[in-house]
Amino acid sequence: MTYTIGEKIATRVAYGNALAEFGEDERLVVLDADLSKSTKTESFLKKYPERFINCGIAEGNMMAVAAGMSTCGKIVFASSFAMFAAGRAFEQIRNSIGYPHLNVKIGATHAGISVGEDGATHQCLEDIGIMRTIPGMVILNPADAAEARLAVKAAIDYEGPVYLRFGRLAVPVIFGDDYKFEIGKGVELMPGTDVTIIATGLMVPDAMAAAAALKEQGISARVVNMATIKPIDEEIIIKAARETGAIVTAEEHNIIGGLGSAVAEVLAENSPVPMQRVGTKDVFGKSGKPAQLMEMYGLDAKSIAEAAKAAIAKKNT
Amino acid sequence: MNAEKIKELSLHAANVRKMALTAVYSAGAGHPGGSLSAADILTYLYMEEMNVDPKNPKLADRDRFVLSKGHCSPALYGILAECGFFPKEDVKTFRQIDSYLQGHPDMKGVPGVDMSTGSLGQGISAACGMAKAAKLDGKSYRVWTMLGDGECEEGQVWEAAMFAAHYGLDNLAAFLDFNGLQIDGDITKVMNPTPFDKKFEAFGWHVIRINAHDFNQIEAAVAEAKATVGKPTLILADSVKGKGVSFMENQAKWHGAAPDEEQYKQAISELDAYIKEIGGEA
Repeated sequence: MTYTIGEKIATRVAYGNALAEFGEDERLVVLDADLSKSTKTESFLKKYPERFINCGIAEGNMMAVAAGMSTCGKIVFASSFAMFAAGRAFEQIRNSIGYPHLNVKIGATHAGISVGEDGATHQCLEDIGIMRTIPGMVILNPADAAEARLAVKAAIDYEGPVYLRFGRLAVPVIFGDDYKFEIGKGVELMPGTDVTIIATGLMVPDAMAAAAALKEQGISARVVNMATIKPIDEEIIIKAARETGAIVTAEEHNIIGGLGSAVAEVLAENSPVPMQRVGTKDVFGKSGKPAQLMEMYGLDAKSIAEAAKAAIAKKNT
Repeated sequence: MNAEKIKELSLHAANVRKMALTAVYSAGAGHPGGSLSAADILTYLYMEEMNVDPKNPKLADRDRFVLSKGHCSPALYGILAECGFFPKEDVKTFRQIDSYLQGHPDMKGVPGVDMSTGSLGQGISAACGMAKAAKLDGKSYRVWTMLGDGECEEGQVWEAAMFAAHYGLDNLAAFLDFNGLQIDGDITKVMNPTPFDKKFEAFGWHVIRINAHDFNQIEAAVAEAKATVGKPTLILADSVKGKGVSFMENQAKWHGAAPDEEQYKQAISELDAYIKEIGGEA
């Protein structure tokens, strides 16, 4: 199923749709922890009920069940909210999936502060950092429904553990049918020479809006979509650092441990240039409407544009 | 079971115990107590029951075994070596820097290990996943797992117990090695997880209680588990921690301690004496 550029649809919806679309593969099994209506795995459930397994509200067990099933040749998607997948079940993912490098895909929805009204307990801003520390874990954080669909397909075709991060909020479709997705590859969306904004997830449209605003002010900002957080595309980061001399990262995640950290590590070891990280500033979220929260926590085009100017200003110091 | 078969299995189990002790002694670390209590059940499963092939450890429709109490790897490595999955002398490399025999079972590195375990509570969940996969595929292979009694203090064991009963996993059976001791002492004093029988029954399992060191009872329990339809089976196996070595029996301090040279020699000589006593060659 394809999407129309400009329509608003949550990546979790695209996740459920993709599971249903690619579900004819008999090896595919989907597990959920009593959240199928929210994670949208119910789309798979309706089409392939015999291969949908509700594990109840027991995420730790679900992850290790997924591990066991994968040893019998299944491609297992285990779904819950990011908070309870990466958070609650970290150690099961680490020891039962990561250590034996099993073919389990963790479909984590409701990531980030855009969860909104549920508040801090359900707004996972740590999952990328947690998952990034597990050796061999691939982390995919698609920006829109089209990319989410391609990320699910790529995860199915990849042999090994993958953490997929999806959002609750409906976000605009920005990629058309010609968009190519490859695990481990960043994609340059807009050219630029003064600064590079490397964004992931629902921050990508904000990064593009920031670049457009900066252009009006005479600043040429490159925009890179970094849907794969791990393995990170070092080449595109180093190239951006050498060609534009300043980097901004933008993510709906704590600035500690996520995309900003991953990019900073690459820069520090290869091509140090000034950088700024846009993300939540090591704080918990709160209840509110998603748009209000994104503005309050500085996760918008305005904050990205300011960060870009700050990074450029540091070039000459 | 005839006397000849009991003798044969007893000799295998004694060899498993010797290898477990040799592994722990060579490493200077490991878990002898629970390995010795588990040895007879493992011996029965691998020698008599499970469809496994040491020459083809990844055989597609083999029966599976998951050592949920993964710290008792010395016993698992012992029975796998006894079956021929890898050379017996390799147990001497247990926990060494250049060995594939990790402190806890590693399915990627050890032929015959079906699941990496060691973090308590997770193995039984993985076994549930294997059993559910067999059901989905309409396969007849069975999944066996072994829990520790202290391990049942982990909440995940009960999540798995719910899952197995909910999905009617009658192709899954769990042995519970009930030796009554955990690292800090008597399980009922550390954090009482009993009564196991009533708890598992309440969770929807068929429960059988046996003596963990009696091959006739193990055989009968395995047959009963296989004949049980619609629900998983728990085989609550009363065992002796440190079984087979006089000074280790019923002592919590041998949960995770290695014998010194003198203790090791005494332990081996006791097991050799037992082997001679039942008519084997030490």
